[in-house]
Amino acid sequence: MSNLKGTRDGFGEGIIQAAKLHPEVIVLGADLDDSLRLTGYKKEFPDRFIQVGVAEQNLAGTAAGLALAGFTPFITSYAAFNPGRNWEQIRTAIGFSNLGVKIIGGHAGLTTGEDGASAQSLEDLALTLVIPNMTVIVPCDAIQATAATLALASTPGPGYLRLSREPSQDLTQDLPFILGKAQILRLGADATIFATGMMVEAALQAAQTLQIHNWQIQVVNLHTLKPLDRHAIITAANQSGIIVTAEEHQLIGGLSARVSQVITSELGKTIHQPTILESVAIDDKFGESGPATAVMEKFNLTAKAIVAAMETAMFRKSRL
Amino acid sequence: MTVDLPDAELKRLAILIRISIVKMIAQAKSGHIGGALGLADIYAVLYKEILSVRPFQPDWSDRDFLLVSNGHTCPVWYATLAQMGFFPKTWLSKFRQLNSPLQGHPHFFPAYTDDAGTTHYPVPGVENTSGSLGQGLSQATGLALGLKKQGRPNKVYCFLSDAEHEEGQVWEAYMLGKQYQLTNLTPIIDLNQIQISGNTGQIMAVNPLAPKLKAFGWDVWEVDGHNYQELAQVFKHLRTEPRQPTAIIAKTVAGKGVSFMENNFVWHGNLPNLDQARQAIDELTAQLDALGEESHV
Repeated sequence: MSNLKGTRDGFGEGIIQAAKLHPEVIVLGADLDDSLRLTGYKKEFPDRFIQVGVAEQNLAGTAAGLALAGFTPFITSYAAFNPGRNWEQIRTAIGFSNLGVKIIGGHAGLTTGEDGASAQSLEDLALTLVIPNMTVIVPCDAIQATAATLALASTPGPGYLRLSREPSQDLTQDLPFILGKAQILRLGADATIFATGMMVEAALQAAQTLQIHNWQIQVVNLHTLKPLDRHAIITAANQSGIIVTAEEHQLIGGLSARVSQVITSELGKTIHQPTILESVAIDDKFGESGPATAVMEKFNLTAKAIVAAMETAMFRKSRL
Repeated sequence: MTVDLPDAELKRLAILIRISIVKMIAQAKSGHIGGALGLADIYAVLYKEILSVRPFQPDWSDRDFLLVSNGHTCPVWYATLAQMGFFPKTWLSKFRQLNSPLQGHPHFFPAYTDDAGTTHYPVPGVENTSGSLGQGLSQATGLALGLKKQGRPNKVYCFLSDAEHEEGQVWEAYMLGKQYQLTNLTPIIDLNQIQISGNTGQIMAVNPLAPKLKAFGWDVWEVDGHNYQELAQVFKHLRTEPRQPTAIIAKTVAGKGVSFMENNFVWHGNLPNLDQARQAIDELTAQLDALGEESHV
C-alpha cells in the first residue's frame, strides 16, 4: 500500500489551516464529509461546520446567506453535484452577487472510477469558468490543494476548487503556489505541454518518454484556469509554436478551450509564429465504471495519449 | 392584543407605493404589476412599524434584514425603499432602464472599487440577489443561522410567493430552518393564488401550504395581508422569538387597489397600456384623496 495522498487529503489539511488563520471561515457539508476529508476539521471546529443534508441547491443558497452575515463559507460535495446540481444557485446567488463562497468539488473526473459516469464530473470546469467573478483552481497534488485552499480563503469573491479521489505523486513540493501563475515543472525548448490536475503527472511521464525523439519538452502545470496566466501561454507559443494540453475534462469548455482562445486571439499580436495545438481530453462522451487507471486508459487520458498528441503536433508543425 | 397603529398614515404610504409601482412599470414598459400591488400593505407595515433599519445607514450592522425571494415583485420593494428615504424617488423612473441601479430583478453585491477608483454600492436597502424563484429562503436561512452563530440579535424576514413553493429548493430550506431552529427568521408567504400562466390551482397543486409547512415542523400564522392590525400584531408577536420556527402566510389580492387588476392572473405579468395606467393612477389618486377627506373629518 502506498501512503500517497490525493488532492482531497490536501484540502482536508488546508481547510484546518485556513480556519485557524481566518475566523470567518465556515464549512458546509452535504453528507459527503468523510469523502471530502473533513473528519479532522469537524473534530477541531465542530461549531464551524454546518450539515445541510443531501441538498446541494440549499447548500449553495445557505452559503450565500452566511456570506451576507460576514462568513467565508466553503461548500463541499462531489463536483457532479456541486457545481453540477446547483449551478444556477451558484451563478445567481453567489457569482452574480460576487459573494466569497468557495465551492469545493470532490471526486471530479474519470478517476472517480467505480462509481461510474453519474459521479464522474467531466463538465465542472466549463460550468464554473463561464461564471463571471469566479476563480477556478485545479491542484495537481495534495500540497498544492492545501496551498490552493489557503489562497481561496484569503481571496475575495467566489472560487471553485476541483479535487480528485485518487492519490497522486507529490510534484510541486519545492514550488510556491501563486494563484493565477502557471508553474514550469520541466524545462524544454522544443514544445510545451500544459496540464492540470491528475494529468500533470502523466504530462511529466510523456515528456520523459519523448526524449527518445531527442525532443526537449517543457511541462507547465496550469493549476489556475481563471484568472488565466495568458503570459505563460504566449511565451510557450513564441518559444516553440507547439502546444499540447492535457486535462481530465470534456474538450469543450476546459483547459484546451482556454489555451486555444489565447492562441487565436494573440496570433499576430503578441504571438509571432503559427502555433499548433493538440489536446488530450474527453471527446464529448460520458465515462463508465471501472478501476480509475482502467477507465483513464479506455478514454485515452494517459501519458501514452500525450506522447501521441505531441507526435501529431510535431508532424503538423513540420508541414506548415 | 391590539397594536396602536397610525392606520391613515399606513394607508397613505401603501397608496403612494402603489402609485409608484404603476408609474415605474408603465414607464419601463415592462415589469410584474399584480404581485407588487398586492404586497404594498405588508411592505408599508414592515418598514413603518416593524423593521429596525436606518435609511441613511443602510449597512448598519444591527439592522433587521429583509430578503426577497420573489424578485419579480421588486417594484414594491424599490417604491417602499424610496418612500422611506433609502434613495431618491427620482431613481424610480429609471427602473429597468440601462445604467440604472434599479435592475429588473434585485441585485445585491458587496461594495467595491473599480480600476478607475470609483466605488460602487448596491441599492441601499436591497439585501439579496433575486429573480430566480425558490432561492431566497435558502439565503435567509443561511443569514439567520450566521447571525445566530455570531450571537447577534438581528431578525431576518423573507418574502416568498405561494407559487414559488413549486421549487423544491424552498423545501430544502424549510428543513434546514427546522433542523437549526431558526426562530430569528420569519418567512412571509404571499398567498395570492396566481402565477404567470394561471391560477395556482390550475398550474400545480402547491396549495394548501399551511399543512405542508406544519408537516415540516414549522408553526404557521395565517393573516389577511391587507389588515394592518392583524399584520402588525403577528409581526410584533414573532419578534419575541417563538418556540418553533414560524412562517406567516398572508392572504393577499393580486393587483390590490386597481379595480380591473384585482384577482386576475393576467396582471401577474401583463403590461398596462397608457390608458390602463392612467385609469389605475386615477383610481389610486381617488383613494388618496378620500383618505385626505377622512383625516380632515
